[in-house]
Amino acid sequence: MKRIVITGIGVLSPIGTGKEEYWSSLKLGKSGVSQLEGFDTDELKVKIGAQVKNFNPKDYMDSREIPRIDPVTQYAIAGSVMAVEDAKIDWDDVDRDRVGTLISTGIGGLQTIEKNILQMKEKGARRVSPYFIPMMIGNMPSAQVSIRYSLRGPSSNVVTACATSNYAIGEAAEIIRRGDADMMLAGGAEASLIPIGIAGFANMRALSTRNDDPEHASRPFDKDRDGFVMGEGSAVLVLEDYDKAVQRGADIYCEISSVGYSTDAHHITAPDPEGWGAKQCMKVAMKKAGIELDQVDYINAHGTSTPLNDRVESNSIAELFGEHLPNIDINSTKSMVGHLLGAAGATEAAAVALQIKNDTVHPSTNFFEGEEGFKLRLVSETKKRKISCALSNSFGFGGHNCCLSFRRVD
Amino acid sequence: MTDNEIFDQMKEIIADKLGVDADKVSKESRFMEDLGADSLGLVDVTMELEDKFDVTIPDEDLPSITTVQAAIDYVKEKVA
Repeated sequence: MKRIVITGIGVLSPIGTGKEEYWSSLKLGKSGVSQLEGFDTDELKVKIGAQVKNFNPKDYMDSREIPRIDPVTQYAIAGSVMAVEDAKIDWDDVDRDRVGTLISTGIGGLQTIEKNILQMKEKGARRVSPYFIPMMIGNMPSAQVSIRYSLRGPSSNVVTACATSNYAIGEAAEIIRRGDADMMLAGGAEASLIPIGIAGFANMRALSTRNDDPEHASRPFDKDRDGFVMGEGSAVLVLEDYDKAVQRGADIYCEISSVGYSTDAHHITAPDPEGWGAKQCMKVAMKKAGIELDQVDYINAHGTSTPLNDRVESNSIAELFGEHLPNIDINSTKSMVGHLLGAAGATEAAAVALQIKNDTVHPSTNFFEGEEGFKLRLVSETKKRKISCALSNSFGFGGHNCCLSFRRVD
Repeated sequence: MTDNEIFDQMKEIIADKLGVDADKVSKESRFMEDLGADSLGLVDVTMELEDKFDVTIPDEDLPSITTVQAAIDYVKEKVA
């Protein structure tokens, strides 16, 4: 069976742009959460979020294209430019008919949707932009990146809410494994941190309202957690067939050894309280990768900081790993970057790859005390550890569960 | 309004909507061949012209507006 490896990382995150800045912030336990800027929050119950700082689209694309590209696609392009550069791809040596894109978004071009609906209300249907549809449809991040680099293999968008980019990376790996491409740009992008998006999630009571203490608002697994913190940005990985990567002399971060899927089939937003789906996707991922319970060194938890997710996830991990739990380091990248929704799994996969490559586990911040019976060993400070096998969980509204497994490549 | 008055106001819109430098836009410019407009870009420009000059440009008139001069003539006739 083909082995799939990560050879490039591009990150545009609330705690840093590019893998170096992202990695140094992760090790420092830096928070990307602050008071929201750029729009009026008076009407909003939630006034905090994890915004991308100092993003200048001109650094990544022609200034003339910018008005016709929704921010979600701008973020995807930025992540891709960084990932391609990091992977040191010489396009003259790559068969681009065998390269594809699967850069997914959970929501699509929400800013474009909001703007055009307001425009229609104000000025009528004749004033809806001819670019409205091509700017907002959720496949446009993949499409625009394909156009940019003339990549003519498979390209699409997988939408599974907060599990979106875990699914995208898992599917991209499978596309290579089954022979439909040799290389994929895979990941996620999200740019819905605007009033309509915030109001929607806030009214579900999904968001933290710790407005006066933003840095401590995203507190996965802490007993005083009160919801997630919305984030935005993108992360794109270059995935390659191991043999082809070695052939071109690429630096390898790690292997994506498997993807495990399951569905709760329980409720549109609440997780199955028994955690069957959460456990199942981890079990499937381990089985497909041929990993036993005692081989897992590290888990990147979904860890959203919502009361329900964190309870079900921590119970599920504890039940599944039982006596092996004390050997497993666990963290939630969301404790620092917030919840990037459709880009969450990808920013976390980037974090996993960097941790494996650097023999270092980043902290899970803002955890002060667990609920009664809490058994997970969260990493409180950056620590050295050689990670041979890692898992990364993502669970999405709709009951979509996806676990990626990663393996060290020596 | 004279041709030049219309052109001066139109130039900025065309440059902005088609993502070209304003000094590249002349009365003789052809939207598609010279200014790189695609069909969406052309609709985008005409929508903005409708607002700017307070005219209505029905879809069936679009094929005739192939150059900047044709757009000037169109606006002049409608405004008059």
